[in-house]
Amino acid sequence: MEEKLILFKNRKRFGIEKNIDIIFKNTTLVLSSLVAIVLFGIILVVFFQSFESFSRYGLNFLVTSEWNPVKDEYGAFTAIYGTLVTSLISLLITIPLGVGTAIFITEDFVPKFVREIVGSFVELLAAIPSVVLGLWAIFVLEPFFRDFFVFLHKFFGWIPLLSSEPAGRNSLLAIIILVVMLLPIVTSIARDTLNQVPKKLRNAAYGIGASRWKTIFSVILPAALSGIMAGVLLALGRAMGETMAVTMIIGNSNAFSWSLLSPGYTISSMLANQFGEADGSQVSSLFYAAFVLMILSLVVNIFAQWLVKKFSLKY
Amino acid sequence: MNSLYYQKKLSRNVVDKFFTFLSLFCALIAILPLIFVVTYILIKGGAQINPDLFTLEPNPPGDDLDAGGINPALIGTLVITTIASIISIPVGVGGGIYLAEYSKGGPFSKFVRFGVNVLAGVPSIIAGVFIYALIVSTKILFGSMYSGLAGGMALSILMLPTVIKTTDEGLKLVPNELRYASLGIGASMYTTILKITLPTAFRSIATGVVLGIARAAGETAPLIFTALFSYYYITGFGDLFYEMGSLAVLIYNFALEPYDAQNKLAWAASFILVISILTVNILSRILAAFTEKTKRV
Repeated sequence: MEEKLILFKNRKRFGIEKNIDIIFKNTTLVLSSLVAIVLFGIILVVFFQSFESFSRYGLNFLVTSEWNPVKDEYGAFTAIYGTLVTSLISLLITIPLGVGTAIFITEDFVPKFVREIVGSFVELLAAIPSVVLGLWAIFVLEPFFRDFFVFLHKFFGWIPLLSSEPAGRNSLLAIIILVVMLLPIVTSIARDTLNQVPKKLRNAAYGIGASRWKTIFSVILPAALSGIMAGVLLALGRAMGETMAVTMIIGNSNAFSWSLLSPGYTISSMLANQFGEADGSQVSSLFYAAFVLMILSLVVNIFAQWLVKKFSLKY
Repeated sequence: MNSLYYQKKLSRNVVDKFFTFLSLFCALIAILPLIFVVTYILIKGGAQINPDLFTLEPNPPGDDLDAGGINPALIGTLVITTIASIISIPVGVGGGIYLAEYSKGGPFSKFVRFGVNVLAGVPSIIAGVFIYALIVSTKILFGSMYSGLAGGMALSILMLPTVIKTTDEGLKLVPNELRYASLGIGASMYTTILKITLPTAFRSIATGVVLGIARAAGETAPLIFTALFSYYYITGFGDLFYEMGSLAVLIYNFALEPYDAQNKLAWAASFILVISILTVNILSRILAAFTEKTKRV
């Protein structure tokens, strides 16, 4: 009996192994908390760097459009307007296109392998770097749409959004390239949610005599609505923060104009353009603009996550 | 009369047809951009490919007819993404291990998972702004300002959420029986993780990480004011502390130059970047489909 107990005791782990176990666990704990540290670090650093500009202009910064490094006067309204208008309009165009594509992929209009090819084409589009899309936009998209913009201005110039003479790079081109970038996000999230809608719902709708599109509009899309909404919000966050392609094609002008046919600015393109050679209080003002952008995208992202959590387990 | 047969002209059938064609139209529009972009890059970029491209330095923009090559930018992209991987892979995999293996559904892991999603949504240019404030403007890295090292750090912030997420999700797919078996024969937690669960999830984690690296290689926004750009060859480790070029920044800078030679170089760089990124993406897709098939057997 005594001998057996000793044997059992010997099979205990060595102290050193126990320590390694504890060290390993704590290392991974520290590494995972690094995410939170980096996130708070980003928020704090950007906030403190923008403090000088914040205390000088306060909230006026958001509603004035003067941006003059010579006179040292800064206001980011043009960039904020550009960010909001380009991202919202591009989203309005992307939603029907993306959801329509997602429906095409999830329904059985065509054989499965065709749908899979369409699906992977759309996903591969997401892999193209935004700077390459910008290059393509400069040399292909802009010449292609030049005449169309002239036509648009001629016939729809009475709409404030199209009221200026088109000249080279402008906000509308930025919107088009944003649509190209948002399409994969909206499509793949909408497709995943549509796939998750239970078959029972569809069969029940067919059973009471609904046609295919009646079923899609009254049963399947409402059931998938929360997931699609979350995808749309993620795309909105992406659109507001998108930098390179937009910077290359939007024209980068701080002169405020309601019109989409004149060159514009977004917060991120302003940062990309001016940060490298800024000094003095311009740097602080740019940090302030970056802070505004970060808050905008954080709010949108957190709202999207809340939406997913709240509605994802309905079925 | 005949009401059991399909009637083409019935309004519900007409409406159905209409929407079916509408969705087909959406799908066609959705695949057009990829086809156009890739075709243009293959034609315009492919025409510029020659051996000199890979070995020469780019000439400074000017009226020179010859723009030179993109060697420094090519090496720079490799160096910067390597730095980003060296930082973000250990941190991300370690963090993912904690989330999936130690604190499965606790409040801490919920908080960190939330943080990961939020960090993934932070605009990439903000990562550049952050590193600029933290490292470039403070000259904290041995007095150097713009450097390849700073660029790599900015990219690592973008890669981190991807790596943590794929590790977390890959480990969650490992069946619990494997863990119980390992713990049951007396292995400690870290042995179980390092010898059993991590190797089992290796393939899915590796796929995710490689896709994350491919994505980072094309990122420009975080680099334009952290790594900046350089026209000169990278010759040694000392160059890490100086401005470093990359394919992405080269495309950005040279696309905006008024000279044709520089524009052509931008197309050539896009060709190399897009072909490598698409190859990685397609290969990992094929690999994933292949593993799924073998798993079912």
